[in-house]
Amino acid sequence: MIILAIETSCDETSAAVVKNGKEILSNIVVSQMDIHSEFGGVVPEVASRHHVTSITKVIDKAINDAGIEKSDIDLVAVTKAPGLIGALLVGINAAKAFAFSNNIPIIGIDHIKGHIYANQIENDMKFPLITLVVSGGHTELVLMKEHNRFELLGCTQDDAVGEAYDKVARVLGLSYPGGPIVDKLAKEGIDSYNLPRPYLQKDKFDFSFSGLKSAVINLIHNSKQRNEEIRVNDVCRSFQESVTDVLVTKTISAAKKYGVKQVMIAGGVAANRGLRNKLNDNIGEFELIIPHVKYCTDNAAMIGVAAHYQYLDLRMYDKMDLNGRPFSELGRD
Amino acid sequence: MKTIYTRNVEETIELGKLIGHMMFSGAIITLNGDLGAGKTTLTKGIALGLGVKRVVNSPTFTIMKVYDGRIPLYHMDVYRLDGIGFDYDLEDYLYGEGVSVVEWSDNIKDSLEGFLRIDISIENGNRKFTLSTDDSRYNMILEKL
Repeated sequence: MIILAIETSCDETSAAVVKNGKEILSNIVVSQMDIHSEFGGVVPEVASRHHVTSITKVIDKAINDAGIEKSDIDLVAVTKAPGLIGALLVGINAAKAFAFSNNIPIIGIDHIKGHIYANQIENDMKFPLITLVVSGGHTELVLMKEHNRFELLGCTQDDAVGEAYDKVARVLGLSYPGGPIVDKLAKEGIDSYNLPRPYLQKDKFDFSFSGLKSAVINLIHNSKQRNEEIRVNDVCRSFQESVTDVLVTKTISAAKKYGVKQVMIAGGVAANRGLRNKLNDNIGEFELIIPHVKYCTDNAAMIGVAAHYQYLDLRMYDKMDLNGRPFSELGRD
Repeated sequence: MKTIYTRNVEETIELGKLIGHMMFSGAIITLNGDLGAGKTTLTKGIALGLGVKRVVNSPTFTIMKVYDGRIPLYHMDVYRLDGIGFDYDLEDYLYGEGVSVVEWSDNIKDSLEGFLRIDISIENGNRKFTLSTDDSRYNMILEKL
């Protein structure tokens, strides 16, 4: 089965051609990062406009680079949720137009499912497994006992991890997005500020990063009031140690509780070196799967792989009234 | 104008709950305060007062989240918007059936009228909530708190 996948949920315009849920024949990603960084975050209407100007070219290039004809495509898959609604709708309507004009069925895919299935590209999932989904909009622990079936074990009660990084970077006067720069500076710093570890209930798998964010903000305010120098690298390191301690501890304890075969990470923050290293150091007997950085950030290849397994499981297409939604319902139904 | 202090997260949620209990269809609450002031925490309380069951978490990434309750809750973070724009039909929500809670509302102030404004600041570790309005529909709420 050959799938043309389209992803426009945030600030990357992407199209990919995926064969049999494994082989990535092409994966074109046009990032708008430079455009949004000056605003300190993705500006929805700007994102939508850039998606509109890029999407057709990106789809054409994905098909050309894959070396296939339009008639070879069996299924069009598109991200339907969660994301910026205007941005999602650009991809959905491009997908519908392509599917309708070429008489190919269409299915809508949850973006989080895509992030999880990024792990199936270079590895093979072994069940049961748990995935820690960490990105600008998400912090979730998801249990899978078979393909395309998801149980939500816990999620953030306030800020997503990536969002906490962005906000901490903002108060430190660092650039957007906050994750990569904080990760980089953390490497040069030491964990010398005594920041809290927000575990909530130790036996539960929910997360909270808002209090930690406030602790960083207080620390900076207090230092300023006392005219003390703020050791930016140390703040980054202390913050990162707190975040990764909580993420890794919860992930490993969930892995033990559910007796999994694999532990996976997914989403943009899965590119964070501090998180990767700490998971690796604490993984014990579990097999740890970490996707290639290019499949951690938003891309259409992962949507194509997820679509393959969704279709194998449900054998269902969507209709032309397919719509975008800002929420994920993954594992919540 | 009314000023209320809370000492911790629990008290902030309790305050939000009281406000949520008294909210009516079509109400707009604007929340203004720095990062970490407690805007989302107060909103969690308002959601409880509105009978929302789902976890209310930050709307920053998607700009807006919608929750079912006794009255629906529309939780918006318009930090990255400059004016209300066309992407979100935000006006349909602001003047719709639910209760809108708008964080960083100054960015869309030209599109807002008839709201309860809550300014949040931190004083000696306590949260200071200053409630004000120029719309008589909210006067009773200020009196009762």
